[in-house]
Amino acid sequence: MALIHETDYGTPSRVAETLVTLEIDGKPVTVPAGTSVMRAAVVAGVQVPKLCATDSVEAFGSCRLCLVEIEGRRGTPASCTLPAEPGMKVRTSSSKLSKLRRGMMELYISDHPLDCLTCGANGNCELQDMAGVVGLREVRYGYDGANHFKENVKDNSNPYFSFEPAKCILCSRCVRACEEVQGTFALTIDGRGFASTVSAGGKPFLESECVSCGACVQACPTATLIEKSVLAKGQGEHTVITTCAYCGVGCSFKAEMQGSEVVRMVPHKDGKANHGHSCVKGRFSWGYATHKDRILKPMVRAKITDPWREVTWEEAINHTASEFKRIQAKYGRDSIGGITSSRCTNEETYVMQKLVRAAFGNNNTDTCARVCHSPTGYGLKTTFGTSAGTQDFDSVEHADVIMIIGANPTDAHPVFASQMKRRLREGARLIILDPRRIDLVKSPHVQAEYHLPLKPGTNVAMINALAHVIVTEGLLAEEYIHERCDLPAFELWRKFVAEERNSPEATEAFTGVPAADVRGAARLYATGGNGAIYYGLGVTEHSQGSTMVMGMANLAMATGNIGKVGVGVNPLRGQNNVQGSCDMGSFPHEYSGYRHVSDDSTRHLFESAWGVSLQSEPGLRINNMIDAAMEGTFKGLYIQGEDIAQSDPNTQHITAGLSAIECVVVQDLFLNETAMYAHVFFPGASFLEKDGTFTNAERRISRVRKAVAPMAGLGDWEVTQALSNAMGYPMHYNHPSEIMAEIARLTPTFSGVTYEKIDELGSIQWPCNEKAPEGTPVMHIGGFVRGKGKFIITEFVPTDERTTGRFPLILTTGRILTQYNVGAQTARTENNVWHPEDILEIHPLDAENRGINEGDLVSLTSRAGDTTLKARISERMQPGVVYTTFHHMFTGANVVTTEFADWATGCPEYKVTAVQVALAKKMSAWQEHYHETRRITTQIAK
Amino acid sequence: MVHMANQIALNFAAYPHEEAVANVTNHLKSFWERRMKQQLHEYVAKGGGGLHELVIEAEKRLK
Repeated sequence: MALIHETDYGTPSRVAETLVTLEIDGKPVTVPAGTSVMRAAVVAGVQVPKLCATDSVEAFGSCRLCLVEIEGRRGTPASCTLPAEPGMKVRTSSSKLSKLRRGMMELYISDHPLDCLTCGANGNCELQDMAGVVGLREVRYGYDGANHFKENVKDNSNPYFSFEPAKCILCSRCVRACEEVQGTFALTIDGRGFASTVSAGGKPFLESECVSCGACVQACPTATLIEKSVLAKGQGEHTVITTCAYCGVGCSFKAEMQGSEVVRMVPHKDGKANHGHSCVKGRFSWGYATHKDRILKPMVRAKITDPWREVTWEEAINHTASEFKRIQAKYGRDSIGGITSSRCTNEETYVMQKLVRAAFGNNNTDTCARVCHSPTGYGLKTTFGTSAGTQDFDSVEHADVIMIIGANPTDAHPVFASQMKRRLREGARLIILDPRRIDLVKSPHVQAEYHLPLKPGTNVAMINALAHVIVTEGLLAEEYIHERCDLPAFELWRKFVAEERNSPEATEAFTGVPAADVRGAARLYATGGNGAIYYGLGVTEHSQGSTMVMGMANLAMATGNIGKVGVGVNPLRGQNNVQGSCDMGSFPHEYSGYRHVSDDSTRHLFESAWGVSLQSEPGLRINNMIDAAMEGTFKGLYIQGEDIAQSDPNTQHITAGLSAIECVVVQDLFLNETAMYAHVFFPGASFLEKDGTFTNAERRISRVRKAVAPMAGLGDWEVTQALSNAMGYPMHYNHPSEIMAEIARLTPTFSGVTYEKIDELGSIQWPCNEKAPEGTPVMHIGGFVRGKGKFIITEFVPTDERTTGRFPLILTTGRILTQYNVGAQTARTENNVWHPEDILEIHPLDAENRGINEGDLVSLTSRAGDTTLKARISERMQPGVVYTTFHHMFTGANVVTTEFADWATGCPEYKVTAVQVALAKKMSAWQEHYHETRRITTQIAK
Repeated sequence: MVHMANQIALNFAAYPHEEAVANVTNHLKSFWERRMKQQLHEYVAKGGGGLHELVIEAEKRLK
């Protein structure tokens, strides 16, 4: 595919019931009312010259290049700020307009360096293009007067882009992109008149409020803001459209390539999840794909203390099959299993779980969603009938009240956060339930009306208190409930939440949140119009994670906030394919499409299609696999794209379990922490090397397209297939599209999905079937998938993880913007400039009580273990609560977290660990031991 | 195992007794692997000390 240049309509689209017909250069065109003449012209096939206009930001009207003439009117108005009117006759070219435009271009060029042939934007410069379009042939003003272009000042502080003010034409596109697209307001125009300059608040970009999303770089029409990769390599020559491999937003990107080398990643305007926006990770942090740490050859070893031995694919696969067969012969069919990954495609995941069920002959398949959003699957299926979020992202544009619970979108889902912030700037009201004062509580032009800073572990008490107010103050959507919900279940629930013990006043003792605030927030959610709940791992990663999901579903049903645009219960998924990996039957108890293995008709369907007999009892979850390994009944494990030794709780327990397994197989890009305990290593393929699909948090299935060939020679699904064949169960897919065809044949919610349809529509939100051939953006319209919505009693059961005199603080863990998950990808990029190590955030009072100052090395100790890291004094925390991330392996945050987990799904309780913090003089014993262990277990024989 | 089973019971305990037992039974049947159920049976056979009464009743229905 050649390099894709998307059409720039100059100004944003408008949605209106009224249409306007006008003429552009004699061509009739009809557009929605409110559309600019500039945009109408592009629709009519006429490009009006422009510099300060681009369709990602509102019109500004400063460059004066887009002037047009209107029949019957005087003057030459700017077409970008001029709304189209019925019957308007527009002329976009005339000698008068040409003269005016050339005059403007002369002024621009008189203060611009004439280094076009050596400029980084050569071949992609709008200023250069416009000079050509207007026929600029001379600059009468010369270049000797006062100017900026001779100033040789560059800001190279940002690792990914450079800022060269000498090339700036002050169109303000960058400033407006920062405001309107990203919503950070980090850029401004400093100074006046000739002294005006784009400024990141008077600081170098790296030290400023800039979040490095790149919207300014994308908006810049010159080389003023430009990717360093483009400066180093030049412009791309072809484009591959693919999907980001970071968070669950699932942004669509254009990978601009030179041969098999990525030059830059540009967010795709037609991407329905991101609409042309991106974050620092998706746009810039792809260097890990070619990092020197990549392992490109299969390896085996007998013991984890042996050096790795590089072998052929054939030897690695045959060895693994032989080991797994030996183990099953000795310890039984159920003694081996597999773990699928949310970082892999739907097709890879489907083949993995099929390998386990059909070739291993058991149901010991699980996925890393176990440790993040498994409670979402349980909770939403129980209440609504489907294990997925209810809305598309665009639904937020119709929300009147946004309730964010246990999520930090500006860090973890930044592109959706920008869309949400835009809606908040338009006037939607905001409620935040979070122990920490996350950025959205107060940021430029956004302020939460209610921030309920509850104590970690009290979510369910809080959701019950909110429900109590709605029930007891007569705020229920009675008609909706009677029409759509299971009434006996509702009556039980109503009686339960109405009990005084669930009131805000009674629960204040647990939650720490003043009752009046809880009452206010409940009233706002129930009466403020469309109420939309967005939530993250602060909901799910608790001992009552599933209960809380059901509590939110109860609240939404009670107020009629399900089944239409602008409302819903929306999980913000952590990884790119959490939704997809769950959809594909990765869990040990269900096949693709969330159908239980004990359901005879479903099981017979798969038995017939796969030609094998399948088990009807659920298999082991990840944590159960580790427990079984410790007990000596689980001896073989194939882990694809998941690093349980770093990401799962209680590291010591995990590594002890892994050490007890006779054959651990890791398939990954890098020798990750789990690989330290592995006996076989299959080199994995990065997202740039994959063909397949990802499914994002809004159930959107998008294509992942191979930009470069797999560096290790085989795609991940091909390796799994080869292992299956070596195990004696034949698989003969020739392409991932054939895998998707099988998924569609066997999964009712995917029955209409094909690669051809995805290519045609851009992406598809499941369910996609006969009833919804083009997919389903909003679910449960007119009724719930399960029939009647089911209210569930959500008794608050306090976690057994309690603070004590020995461990008086609560540790809660999370993520930050520039790093991702266990850091396997981002920690191998220049993102480390922002976050080189995990930091412990601690409230000033708690710090003072312990004599801790900013930057001190502190020990973090729980009953599970201890580690050390540096302290940051922060009032974002409430007293008694400390916070850290788990992005860097050496921190060992999960050395400290415990084995407590969600009662329904086993999702670990990462968000509540009783700890003590103290000044430390040296690293913890675990950390001191770590380096030596890693050195020994990651050696590769020469 | 006892802690895990009791957590399930506590989260269903607010339901009327018969419904609570049915819910606990169904949960164990739907999500617990064969070995885990076997452990539960063996533990109950040895007296079931510390198990929530709902779990003890559910265990009988699992057989």
